[in-house]
Amino acid sequence: MPENSCEVTARQIRIHVLEMVHRARCSHIGSALSIAEIVAVLYDRILRLDPSNPDWDLRDRFILSKGHGCATVYAVLAMKGFFPMEWLDSYYLDGGRLYGHITHYGIPGVEASTGSLGHGLPIASGMALSGKSDNASYRVFALLSDGECDEGPVWEAMLFGSHHRLDNLTAIIDYNKIQACGRTEEVLDLEPLAEKVSAFGWAVKEVDGHDCEEIESVLSAVPFEDGKPSCVIAHTVKGKGISFMENNVLWHYKAPDDDELRRALEELADRE
Amino acid sequence: MRKSFIKALTDLASRDERIFLLTADLGFGVFEEFSRRFPSRFINTGVAEQNMTGVASGLGLSNKIVFTYSIGNFPTIRCVEQIRNDVCYHELNVNVVCVGGGFAYGALGLSHHATEDLAVMRAMPNMTVVAPGDPVEAALATKAVYETPGPCYLRLGRAGEVVVHKSPPRFEIGKAITLQDGKDITLIATGGILPTVLKAAVVLKQQGMSARVLSMHTLKPLDAESVLAAARDTGKIVTVEEHSVIGGLGTSVAEVLAEAAGHQAVLKRMGVSDSFCHEVGNQEHLRKVYGLSVEGIVSESKKMIDNNFRERTQK
Repeated sequence: MPENSCEVTARQIRIHVLEMVHRARCSHIGSALSIAEIVAVLYDRILRLDPSNPDWDLRDRFILSKGHGCATVYAVLAMKGFFPMEWLDSYYLDGGRLYGHITHYGIPGVEASTGSLGHGLPIASGMALSGKSDNASYRVFALLSDGECDEGPVWEAMLFGSHHRLDNLTAIIDYNKIQACGRTEEVLDLEPLAEKVSAFGWAVKEVDGHDCEEIESVLSAVPFEDGKPSCVIAHTVKGKGISFMENNVLWHYKAPDDDELRRALEELADRE
Repeated sequence: MRKSFIKALTDLASRDERIFLLTADLGFGVFEEFSRRFPSRFINTGVAEQNMTGVASGLGLSNKIVFTYSIGNFPTIRCVEQIRNDVCYHELNVNVVCVGGGFAYGALGLSHHATEDLAVMRAMPNMTVVAPGDPVEAALATKAVYETPGPCYLRLGRAGEVVVHKSPPRFEIGKAITLQDGKDITLIATGGILPTVLKAAVVLKQQGMSARVLSMHTLKPLDAESVLAAARDTGKIVTVEEHSVIGGLGTSVAEVLAEAAGHQAVLKRMGVSDSFCHEVGNQEHLRKVYGLSVEGIVSESKKMIDNNFRERTQK
């Protein structure tokens, strides 16, 4: 089956991510790979943005609350022309521009810096509240990790979003089911997650977080209910796309060596 | 101070629609007028200070001017990482307001003693730290932090404090206010302890000693010039704060003196010693425990002045 354009974007993102993380010898590649399709669909089809005017008042806002997955977002921002592709070359490296957790400072297209978990949804809620207050048409999207949902402020913001009827706010949870030290069900079980979020007053949908068409169809349908914030629980695979990285907590930390990079790029090329 | 703060803020909000006031479910009976006049810009975020500060940051990133409000340590230490990463790093016009600095809620217990807040807030890059000394300064400080584009911490007392300034002084962020001049010693106060310090200066005068009194309402940026002038002119400085002696006013003054060549002075830091307060009692009572009373300040000042006389006569 031929790839649709979002699948092409996701594959290109993965190539950049592999090269960036390999060069930098840094961690979090598994977390970056699991959101490739979500980020590709957001930037290809959903977010109303103007790369030549990143501060446009009515732009949609996207907050990467799982700041450690930033390689994916930096890659797509460069691909969309927010900043030069060369900036990716010095990701995480001495004297470079791009930190290892997403950073707004001097980086066009990044709305807010994160890195400590549980900060993004409250910030996104403030932006959504401001939009409501101004009768502005923009929407706010926040992408969270599953491990991040251990943090109290996520649930404070969940209470806040529904209480204030922020239906211009969408939270996407990258539910790859592996957090820093193990499987979420073993560390601190989130289940039943959809029921929990729903009980907090959000309209919830679950998707295959690697099926671009499904993601697009769901994200095109926000708000799912008028007067309620929307939550998309995206079932994903940590390290998705590279067979030997998938579903393995080791790739929360490890960077691919030369041989692993070659094999990973070959796997992606085979799918072209 | 609380009344002058909310009166000043309500006045500003009537002229600037960007102003939002967020409270973490405190301020019962205080915000009625504000919430009635500006219902969409008054948000009780519930008892969730971390979310309140994050929401304030999202509003700030959308060009709003935000005041977050709670008592004691709740708007500061409870959510210190949101203040650091979200408010300060993004250089937002978010103003964190604490009511109940020091022992204002003394009898409520340790949880309600705000005695490390200045140290923590002062360490934050981009943060301006203001602790007005009376209700008049509190009103002027409210306007000043609103006009300051970046993040500010506004540390207030409680309600019903003595008015020190009979007429509004010239109030500028980073510039101490001289309440009276003197030549034997300089007393520097920050926050609600100011009237007590001023009374101590009166007692010293009755006993033949003249004290300069400064209201150091801005802890950061600190008015180093006034500190150095005090060192040069009086040679002896007592700092008085309702806060730990670590990291607040005394530390700030010591840093200035230590790094300034040729401006040596003898310094005494009065404040809360490095300990938790186990004494039960109201604000006045707890202040006395730490010597933060007229008698305590007079006694420390006299010791410094006497030592100096002794040194001079020995020479």
